[in-house]
Amino acid sequence: MKPGRREFLGLVAGAAAFFPTPTFAQGAAPRVVVVGGGFAGASCARALRQLNPRIAVTLVEPNATFTACPFSNAVIGGLRELSAQQFTYERVGADGITLARARATGVDPPARTVTLGNGTRLRYDRLVLAPGIDIRWGSLPGYDEAAAAHMPHAWSAGEQTLLLRRQLEAMDDGGLVVISAPANPFRCPPGPYERASLIAHYLKTKKPKSKLIILDAKDAFSKQRLFQAAWAELYPGLLEWVPLSKGGAVTSVDAATRTFVTDFGRHQAKVANVIPPQKAGRIAEVAGVADRSGWCPIDPVTFESKLQAGIHVIGDAAIAGAMPKSAFAANSQAKTCAAAVARLLSGAAPPAPKLINTCYSLVAPDYGISVAGVYVPSGGQLADVPGAGGVSPADAPRTTRAAEAVLAEAWFRTITDEVFG
Amino acid sequence: MGRALAAAIGVASIAAAAVASAEPPAGAAACSGCHPVSSRVASPVPRLGGADRAAIARAMQDFRSGQRAATVMDRIAKGFTDDEIQAIAAWYATQK
Repeated sequence: MKPGRREFLGLVAGAAAFFPTPTFAQGAAPRVVVVGGGFAGASCARALRQLNPRIAVTLVEPNATFTACPFSNAVIGGLRELSAQQFTYERVGADGITLARARATGVDPPARTVTLGNGTRLRYDRLVLAPGIDIRWGSLPGYDEAAAAHMPHAWSAGEQTLLLRRQLEAMDDGGLVVISAPANPFRCPPGPYERASLIAHYLKTKKPKSKLIILDAKDAFSKQRLFQAAWAELYPGLLEWVPLSKGGAVTSVDAATRTFVTDFGRHQAKVANVIPPQKAGRIAEVAGVADRSGWCPIDPVTFESKLQAGIHVIGDAAIAGAMPKSAFAANSQAKTCAAAVARLLSGAAPPAPKLINTCYSLVAPDYGISVAGVYVPSGGQLADVPGAGGVSPADAPRTTRAAEAVLAEAWFRTITDEVFG
Repeated sequence: MGRALAAAIGVASIAAAAVASAEPPAGAAACSGCHPVSSRVASPVPRLGGADRAAIARAMQDFRSGQRAATVMDRIAKGFTDDEIQAIAAWYATQK
């Protein structure tokens, strides 16, 4: 951050304190700081600039490159390269958004400041936190950051994604792959099952004597009937799902031997993927916007925190009622939040929004399924619009599945172009 | 102080009007998750910006009623009222 700006921020502090709702007093541009440059944060920063170019927007993100999670299961399954998942912030910066290449380490809600790892202090009129998820290290006995080097989570895309892929490539035919899936809520509810599908596709194609087991802490999951019908058709005898009620809950792991322990027994894997319990990214806790669940309660109209005034939370970190933790939902929430923030900064009340989620999963390269939803604020939460949404038809022909696989890829190109292009 | 406040309110209401004119109606902002804004993007999903207002509204109504075959738009269109569909169609028709 430029030193001149810091002094300037001090000068307008008095004016900001006088007007409880920050205004355009004395020609000062309203300041919004967005923390986190993923689907939620980068979308929100750009939407704010589009809605009102007078808003000074700073995007705080330590990484120069964003690595997208959607379609990273295709990277694990050898269908796609990681470079296809990676995006820079060049175009975001070209929109007039100030990029702060640092980690946000502190938030002072009464003073309305964010502190960065490099010591810079940023003033804000409104703060948007889009920190995504953090792994809840230690909640699964035996699973810590060192264990993740042997039993990758691959639930934040990047090196972990490549590690899991390399382990699969190095495995001999006939090996056992085990995936453990956590209890709700977690990032990308259908993600573990798409991953299992695309790993099964890899095994069927390259190592057909191998087997895949999903140990699940749940008895039900997203798009379940569609996944299970497709597994029976495409991967019979290869992929086994063990639900909670059949002993699927993993109680501990041993990284040295790649072993999963359940109440019913032990599974020693050749390749072990632990999808661990999660929580909102750390800055949410630091800012005091996460509750005891580890996630962030928000107002469904503005996405303002229910715990801290002036701070909005969007994306995976937010408790968004019926909306799942998906990239589409994050982008949809980001644009809604940006509109609400722009209104609030100009002293106007935000109208009731309507949000959408669409989420595709690949069961095979040419076999796509989807879930969609439409959401409105209701009873202090985001609720499904009755009669709308739902999953792909159970009886659809393979041509429909192929069409949805094409639409899935088109969706990825479209949303990443809107967010980063 | 009073004059500063009056000036601030004046500027704020102009800014509010500017925001309101650019602001998409309920639900519209979410469409660009799948419908490309940029012509750079290759997609079978049509661009909505600058499309014919009546055509957008008719498509939404036909998806909602099931008259038009869909993969996902039938499920989404069912979440919107006639008024919302008209507002979304009118807004997209004016976008580039």
